[in-house]
Amino acid sequence: MYKITNKQQLNSNVVRMSVEAPLVANKGKAGQFIIFRVDEFGERIPLTIAGTDKEKGTVDIIFQIVGKGTRLLAEKEEGEEILDFVGPLGKPSKLEGYKKACVIGGGVGTAIAYPSAVALHELGTEVDVIVGFRNKDIVILEEEFKSASDNLYVMTDDGSYGEHGFVTKKLEDLLEAGVDYDLVIAIGPVPMMKAVVALTKPKNIKTLVSLNPIMVDGTGMCGGCRVLINGESKFACVDGPEFDGFEVDFDDLTRRNRSYFEEEQERDHACRMQLAAQKLSEKN
Amino acid sequence: MAKRNMSPQKVEMPTQDPLVRARNFKEVAHGYTEEMAREEALRCLQCKHKPCMNGCPVNVKIPEFIQLIVEGDYIAANQKILETNVLPAVCGRVCPQESQCEQLCVRGIKHEPVAIGRLERFVADYFREHSEPKPHGYEKNGIKVAVIGSGPAGLSCAGDLARLGYDVTIFESLPEGGGVLVYGIPEFRLPNDIVKHEIEQLKLDGVKLETNVIVGRSITIDELFDEYGFEAVFVGSGAGLPVFLGIPGENSVGVYSANEYLTRSNLMRAYDDRYDTPIRKSKCVAVVGGGNVAMDSARTALRLGAEKVYIVYRRSFDEMPARVEEVHHAQEEGVIFNNLTNPVAVLHDERGEVTGMKCIRMELGEPDASGRRRPIPIEGSEFDLEVDTIVIAVGTNPNPLIKSTTEGLDVTSWGGIITDEFGATSREGIFAGGDAVTGAATVISAAGAGKVAAEAIDKYLKNKHA
Repeated sequence: MYKITNKQQLNSNVVRMSVEAPLVANKGKAGQFIIFRVDEFGERIPLTIAGTDKEKGTVDIIFQIVGKGTRLLAEKEEGEEILDFVGPLGKPSKLEGYKKACVIGGGVGTAIAYPSAVALHELGTEVDVIVGFRNKDIVILEEEFKSASDNLYVMTDDGSYGEHGFVTKKLEDLLEAGVDYDLVIAIGPVPMMKAVVALTKPKNIKTLVSLNPIMVDGTGMCGGCRVLINGESKFACVDGPEFDGFEVDFDDLTRRNRSYFEEEQERDHACRMQLAAQKLSEKN
Repeated sequence: MAKRNMSPQKVEMPTQDPLVRARNFKEVAHGYTEEMAREEALRCLQCKHKPCMNGCPVNVKIPEFIQLIVEGDYIAANQKILETNVLPAVCGRVCPQESQCEQLCVRGIKHEPVAIGRLERFVADYFREHSEPKPHGYEKNGIKVAVIGSGPAGLSCAGDLARLGYDVTIFESLPEGGGVLVYGIPEFRLPNDIVKHEIEQLKLDGVKLETNVIVGRSITIDELFDEYGFEAVFVGSGAGLPVFLGIPGENSVGVYSANEYLTRSNLMRAYDDRYDTPIRKSKCVAVVGGGNVAMDSARTALRLGAEKVYIVYRRSFDEMPARVEEVHHAQEEGVIFNNLTNPVAVLHDERGEVTGMKCIRMELGEPDASGRRRPIPIEGSEFDLEVDTIVIAVGTNPNPLIKSTTEGLDVTSWGGIITDEFGATSREGIFAGGDAVTGAATVISAAGAGKVAAEAIDKYLKNKHA
């Protein structure tokens, strides 16, 4: 069992937790992930490592509540335990040797991008960060990013906070203004990563993206996480999860990620119905 | 003394009705009753030269345990098997007896051989049902040995080392012990509880099981030696990396590796509504391959509710590597065999969902390197099979995680760990066995390799401490 030592609600839908897992804390690096399972009946869900504390033996994760598994995790409180927490999985990011980097995060992807910004910053790379959210209410990690970057640009889709527009608009402006990046890291929804690559590829700026396909074991066994990289099948769990953005077939990834969409919709619907029924019966 | 049974046929083992069992995950075969077991045991001629034993990778004392069944001492029969095989309940169910012990049975020359596998299963089940597991009380020597992987190789190695007094810790990457016995082989062929029981016995004998630890990621072999004080390591990490076909459309939604399909169903229990694991609700499924894993996948698909399930195999029944019994069971349950057929492309709609599989008919030519006749495509024989799900069960390669994090550990071009005949690798103190060395093979050959390595580890450590 793995104990939750800290829990923090970052916005109404995003939670940060520290989980006691000394082996993972000891080895975990930026770019790697863990797989958790709340209880015996739960799904195995991969989450990127947001940070580690070797002394305390804890691993930080930041996650958005998107389905049943993440909701059950979010319902756990400090001091409670979850059944499985295994890692670190995947290859660590290779971040050495860059002069000026732009780290781009969209939505909860900002949480995944955060450790890369920290690592680059610590390596002495000049770091610009562009983070994008739908609106003001869901902005997360602003202070953290400030202390891990030289320039931070917060974007909102509706203009309710920071600047109005998508992260790609800001990137485009910066590139047009002549800012010279030798590395771009883009982590967020697949369309966002695809749009970033569309900007950086013509200028040949190295672009890393982190992929989160569906997977079971995380050790190369199931092959469910296969993604097309340069026309070749790779396993995101052992060959990634970070890949060269120029080589990723984003459309293939979008299709494969929809695999269980209908089944999950059905189940979530059933869940909500059950909850509603429960509430009703409690009232009566 | 009871009279020898000269019936030409094996005593039938009762099974669930094929059409009923094809829709549930309960075990297919019920196993012998005491009467059936004794009747079958009386078919054994107790040959002096014991040919059957030569066919067993762990040399189970077959005539001796069968004689104990005749005498009605089933507990002693089980002990007799345990002398050389720590997993009798498992092996009795999943060993390919027809190409091992039973192939060499004298009764098999003219008629059916003695049902050695069914008898092994009977005594192991009898023991489990009639006795409480208790520690054997082996004397401990305090020397620490690490075993990587809790599949058949790891369990048998750990069992033998514990008996020799070593302080054994098994590291398992998944949340449950058993390896392929729990994630791969389905419940209807090998119930997970049986594997659990075998592991409980090992734990009682002092073996520790550390789940959720990935050697090569969470911890390295060098750390096991340098920081945790292990003096020898056995690598039984299996062959986990699925092989795909490399045909167009293979990344379509609805194409699974057998590993993923079976893991979702077996280990993650997608078939059980109480579990959240999603799995595709399929109408028509094509399983590519002719081994046990292909049969397991096809029969799992039926049980998950598919209306039509095809096996697509490029050779014929004669070359099929699956156990004969599994092929029979699959046929009885309604799996449709498309032999001498090879997939050419996966067909899909604009959303990327599988809609079918383009196949080509094959004929058999001259034998190839494997000794089996080589399949050759028949030009112009392409046809489309209408399916919504495809499971690829054409084999696996060893996982690269350990190799890539253990300096000086030599592997073959396809990633198998290189060992001598006793399981010693190119690194001192590191031994290996099972599918990690041979590539995908059988449960019993892995268990055999674990056993051989346990002996070699014992020798190595005795030398070191001498």
